[in-house]
Amino acid sequence: MDHFKEVSIKLSDSKREPMLDMFIFETLNQLEHLEQSLISSEKSSNLDASINEIFRIMHTIKGSAAMMLFDNIASLAHAAEDLFHYLREHPGIGIDHPALTDLVLECVDFIKNEVAFIDSEEESGSNPQSLIEKTSDYLAALKGRQSEEQAPPATSPESEKALFYISSSERGPQPEGGPRYEAVIHFSESCQMENVRAFLIVHNLKEIAGNIKFYPDDIADSDASIELIRSEGFYISFNSPHSQEYLDSFFQRSACVDHFQLSPAPPESEIDRGSPRGCRPERPGPAAATIPPAPERFDSPSPSIHQSMINVSVSKLDRLMDLVAELVIVQAMVTQNPELEGLNLDNFYKEARQLKKITNDLQDTAMALRMVSLANTFQKMNRLVRDMSHKIQKKVKLELVGADTEVDKNVIEQISDPLMHLVRNSLDHGLETPEERLTAGKSPEGHLSIEAKNFGGDVWIEVKDDGRGLDKYKILARAQEHGLTDKSEAELSEKEIFSFIFLPGFSTRDGVTQFSGRGVGMDVVIRNIQAIGGSVLIDSIPGQGTTISLKIPLTLAIIDGMTIQVGRNRYTIPINSIREAFQITEDELVCDPDGHEMIFIRGKCHPLLRLYQLYHVHPAARNINDGIVLQLEHNGETICLLADSLLGEQQVVIKPLPNYIKLQNSNIKGISGCTLLGDGSISLILDVSSLLKL
Amino acid sequence: MRSAQEDIFAAEEDTQKGKFLTFMMGKAEYGIEIRYVTEIIGGIQSITEVPEVPIYIKGIINLRGKIIPVMDINLRFNKEARQYNDRTCIIVVDINDLSVGLIVDNVTEVLNINDEEIVDPPDGRAGFHQKYIHKIGKVGDAVKLLLDCEKLLGSEEYTRLSEIA
Repeated sequence: MDHFKEVSIKLSDSKREPMLDMFIFETLNQLEHLEQSLISSEKSSNLDASINEIFRIMHTIKGSAAMMLFDNIASLAHAAEDLFHYLREHPGIGIDHPALTDLVLECVDFIKNEVAFIDSEEESGSNPQSLIEKTSDYLAALKGRQSEEQAPPATSPESEKALFYISSSERGPQPEGGPRYEAVIHFSESCQMENVRAFLIVHNLKEIAGNIKFYPDDIADSDASIELIRSEGFYISFNSPHSQEYLDSFFQRSACVDHFQLSPAPPESEIDRGSPRGCRPERPGPAAATIPPAPERFDSPSPSIHQSMINVSVSKLDRLMDLVAELVIVQAMVTQNPELEGLNLDNFYKEARQLKKITNDLQDTAMALRMVSLANTFQKMNRLVRDMSHKIQKKVKLELVGADTEVDKNVIEQISDPLMHLVRNSLDHGLETPEERLTAGKSPEGHLSIEAKNFGGDVWIEVKDDGRGLDKYKILARAQEHGLTDKSEAELSEKEIFSFIFLPGFSTRDGVTQFSGRGVGMDVVIRNIQAIGGSVLIDSIPGQGTTISLKIPLTLAIIDGMTIQVGRNRYTIPINSIREAFQITEDELVCDPDGHEMIFIRGKCHPLLRLYQLYHVHPAARNINDGIVLQLEHNGETICLLADSLLGEQQVVIKPLPNYIKLQNSNIKGISGCTLLGDGSISLILDVSSLLKL
Repeated sequence: MRSAQEDIFAAEEDTQKGKFLTFMMGKAEYGIEIRYVTEIIGGIQSITEVPEVPIYIKGIINLRGKIIPVMDINLRFNKEARQYNDRTCIIVVDINDLSVGLIVDNVTEVLNINDEEIVDPPDGRAGFHQKYIHKIGKVGDAVKLLLDCEKLLGSEEYTRLSEIA
């Protein structure tokens, strides 16, 4: 499962070279992109559209890796690039999609692994040689099939290299055939010596094109041509067997080219600098191996979305969030200042309302900056499902719904692993083999859907399969076997039985497969989800499938909280863990011989926790009659809390306790952090899950 | 040759050298090196108690949006708790990137004490809080007990206490 591990990108606070950070970030992005287009093209069994893209990405990776002196990556990317260059030049050549996809994914994994090692600043020690050989063998096999039709074109590694770097003079015969093209090239204004640049282009073009004609034709020995090129552009026409895309990228790569028009021309057309077709200004390309990827120019089944975006370090966003939170508090402190009391300040309050509105907007915007769509996390599942379904011989159709749902960046990092485990589990345990499915009267192809949606203040992610469902008797039997419960079936609800599968080490599977069955995984799911304040629900109908729902808070930084008062202190409880608040009298209280107090609510017994006893503060309400009781719930367990009074509900920004406090006691029971209230006072945030463990 | 920046930095260090902020605790006068001090808050604002920390940590306060812990020096020295009054101050110190407020009876002044006026405390027994005093400064007839800030914030005390408990 190593290659599924996400490589953490240290965007900020990094002491190493920014170039390296950039390389890691960009390479991983590119690989993800590549994986996506590969898998979507495999689905539609039409690789043609992706070939260009894969070629381009491999080329970019090769270039930047070579620049950063990561030879393993560069050489492997080079081999893959060769392969795709060949495929590009020979459209329609019969290829075995799954085999090719496997090969490329293997390369992608290798590079990812390498990048991970680079990221952790370790030596990888792995060798790409076998993979490179595999790639070139594959290429050789393809070429072998083609060889009787035509001589292999210039795609051997040597010539490939020569194309992208400085040309070597010992070249084979010029390629003569192919359609005729004409191009008008304009150099960027500041480049100087246009005649020499033009000459270089002509020189380089000789390697991929023949029968080259250009105007002005005296570029090598007349300075007068400079003016002409500046004003009119440099006209060139040639025959080339290469595709227009390839030639496009050739010109893009050439030094100092500001823009150019390349169009097919009738063979041997006269020099004509007018009416170019398909004007396409391109970015100026400083000639280097690290050319930014060209814009998309083909329609893949799921077109990649390019948005104008910038990468901002997370620490800056955190800082912004902190500042906004402080602003909100200060704003409340100013407008609710006790010194204003009794004054007639109509205009002041009018402006104050305006201020409040703007600060609220600002807060929302700052929050929105941290929101990231689930698309990337979901896309990874595509890959996982593909690999697994091949290996375990099950047919699976994966459906992703609501990938554009956004959650906080910190949350995303926490749900990637759980989601992977759930998908793996569904595929391995949930879905049946095609034969079993046919016998059960289902279509042989299993259906797995992952759906994300906003619901209330939370995001719900549902992983749903139409497999055999959970066998509650088997789970219960296994739980009893492991000594996890001594209750009988009648005593446990279906939900309780299902939740056994989240216990560490629990597996109903007799044999361990490559993917699951070891009993690790599902406990990771519940642990990760609970760590971010979410919860997991299981629903299953035997024979019809299982649905596992993850309930996840939108953000970790801000919660809706109910603030309560105990003595002089204030505590904030996340609102989604409060079931109800009520007042009771002394005689409703039950006390067991050990002095544990309990409250009966609607026939159920709940333990009572007096916060002032726990934290040794002097309460206003020692008597249960005087205070108010809150019933708190977390994952089905409940506890009642006695407070002096409720102060009200508000959104609070979670802040960690100061470091000095953490040094003294790193794990204060029941407290997860603190927050500033509108009046400037501090409230401690209660952690319901740890209160339950007391 | 030193750069201008280094010069300025050295000059700043120089102006802070030998300077001590002095404060009263009961009858004794204490001093801490001025380079640790970031600010002085007059009066005691509302302190939020934090459970399960040593008793001398009174809680946390909101200092312009920054949450910092406050420590009662009296309790730190295992002396009796004192009532806070309007002369009680919080000295905010920054030691090894930890910001902590020290609650003291009242702040007196900023003093220059020359190196030759600073002597080691007597060895052996002496006071309970001996280990927090690393030097003694003489100013005229008066004696100032100079605190070792890093020891003051150290937590060996608490770990020992919690082991017993």
